[in-house]
Amino acid sequence: MFIMTEEEKLEQFNATIEKDGKIEPNDWMPEQYRKTVLRQMTQHAHSEVIGMQPEGNWVLRAPTLRAKKILLAKIQDEGGHGLYLYSAAETLGEDRSEMIQQLHDGKAKYSHIFNYPTLNWADIGAIGWLVDGAAIVNQVSLQRTSYGPYARAMVRICKEESFHQRQGYEIMAKMMNGTDAQCEMAQDAMNRWWWPSLMMFGPHDKDSWHTQESMRWKIKRASNDDLRQRFIDKTVDQAHVIGLTVPDKDLKFNEETKHWDIGPINWDEFWNVVKGNGLCNHKRMAHHIQFHNEGKWVRDAVIQYGAKLNEQIKLN
Amino acid sequence: MENNSDQLPLWEVFIQKSGGPFKHEGSVHASDAKMALQNARDVYTRRGEGRTIWVVPANSIASTTVNDEGEFFDPADNKIYRHPTFYTVPEGAKNI
Amino acid sequence: MEPNKVLYQFVLRLADHNMIMAQRMAEWCSRGPILEEDLALTNISLDLLGQAELFYDYAVELSGVNQCADDLAFLRSERAYLNCLLVEQPNGDYANTMVKLLLFSCFEKHLYTSLLNSTDQRIADLAAKGIKEVRYHYRHSSDWVVRLSLGTEESKQRIKNAMIELWRFVDDMFDMNEIDRDLISSGISVDLNTCYTAWKSDMEQIFNECKIEIPHVDNIVKGGIHGIHTEHLGHILCEMQFLQRAHPGAKW
Repeated sequence: MFIMTEEEKLEQFNATIEKDGKIEPNDWMPEQYRKTVLRQMTQHAHSEVIGMQPEGNWVLRAPTLRAKKILLAKIQDEGGHGLYLYSAAETLGEDRSEMIQQLHDGKAKYSHIFNYPTLNWADIGAIGWLVDGAAIVNQVSLQRTSYGPYARAMVRICKEESFHQRQGYEIMAKMMNGTDAQCEMAQDAMNRWWWPSLMMFGPHDKDSWHTQESMRWKIKRASNDDLRQRFIDKTVDQAHVIGLTVPDKDLKFNEETKHWDIGPINWDEFWNVVKGNGLCNHKRMAHHIQFHNEGKWVRDAVIQYGAKLNEQIKLN
Repeated sequence: MENNSDQLPLWEVFIQKSGGPFKHEGSVHASDAKMALQNARDVYTRRGEGRTIWVVPANSIASTTVNDEGEFFDPADNKIYRHPTFYTVPEGAKNI
Repeated sequence: MEPNKVLYQFVLRLADHNMIMAQRMAEWCSRGPILEEDLALTNISLDLLGQAELFYDYAVELSGVNQCADDLAFLRSERAYLNCLLVEQPNGDYANTMVKLLLFSCFEKHLYTSLLNSTDQRIADLAAKGIKEVRYHYRHSSDWVVRLSLGTEESKQRIKNAMIELWRFVDDMFDMNEIDRDLISSGISVDLNTCYTAWKSDMEQIFNECKIEIPHVDNIVKGGIHGIHTEHLGHILCEMQFLQRAHPGAKW
């Protein structure tokens, strides 16, 4: 049996990354790579699951049968995406229950965007259109990430995401075409969700220390600012088509670069929310912890039942 | 840690579409086969992706390791005459 | 009553059972004991919602009034709703929800099976469409009730508590009035007592496997088909109908 030295293993790893190959669970990888990918996947999974809360907040009050159906399907997809990502993360040797414990302990984070409240029905439109819209830009890029299971989960997720954004945009369009009260609600939601959605792409490239390492290992395939600009360019036009005002007095189309230039992002707000002081940080965690704890007797019963079944199978 | 005690076993999910081979889709947690099949159906076939589902307890799967790869797979790489691209086909010949 | 009005009431009943049950199942969103169950229940809610919509569409045609399915779902009040009382009961814990789903899905399974032979083609078609989904709901809930009954002492006790809580609403599910008598004679619907016999046999089999006795309950409550509901329905409708009531005439 041919055994490789540490240097040879690293060389092989780097060569795989170099030629855009995939790193699989059984492959050798630098410990830092493993830690970084694991952290990113679990936080991505947690985000999907926590994201079910702000949307679930309006599922019982959806204003039509069609709206309720679509929102239910969307929330279901989000749960499913969380599951694909936990699945992918578990290939690196950590149990889902450990990941959940880290979430509850505050050691693992989730996307800051879900710490904002859904105050009226238009918020559901804003989330689908802006938040999912931003997520799609990021996820399309991640389809080419270097860790195999993560890339495959992303391909699956991207296939399913496109209706999410359309759902959100449709809600906004219908409201902007409706009564004065509906238009007001839609613009109000736009005003509250626009800037936080831009912050989803993370700090500016020059301020992001994680980015360099992640890009070297092709975990990340495009920079924060690049992705952010892609999102801005497509979304501003969409807003104008339905008559929404982008809440940015400095917003200007740059004739030279052919991109939309925006005003300064309030990074204080971003870091404040990341540190735990957003409007819903406590609520999101308390909710997740409460229902996880309330469900313990169910999981215990299920395990006991499984064990009894296995005993029976052995005896037969 | 309290939560570790209620971790359900892991199952790997394979799905077959009409006429195709079984493809690995991901994993689910469940305590018994019935539950694993239902979970797999809910998680992996929401868009009508499958006809048949296999679920296998993850620890029942035997796998090659990276160290095995050399002896398992390199010899096959040397036998390139097994690949159709090895052969020259006269121009104009069809269906071959 | 003219024939269409009779059938209209019957179809509304079927729509309302599914609508209210869908609404209750959706409450588990982000609250499931295991993430996989969150998905399973939203899946079931979606199925029921789809069925409700199809029945509401038929009801609209039968009504001869210029309205749509949403009007029936969002603009009728408590006394006009004809769902059975079981579906409006609170979810409670997971055992309670699974027992509720078991009792209801078994009822729908037998009802739809009988309606496959309805002399009304639309009813037969809708039953055919719904039966596959309902069989899955029955399978899911019965598997869970068995799992929880044979799991731990605690889970078994919770199943027993759920049965005591919910069994009082069983008779109401199979309740009939002059509408049923009318539709039975024209072959559109069936005698629900036949469905009850089949239902009871299934329940005895399941709870035998669970090693739990079917409870004798006091205070049996009926009234769904007469629009006499438990106090829960008002709150369900209040939440569900809020936006349409707050913005009359608005399009969403």
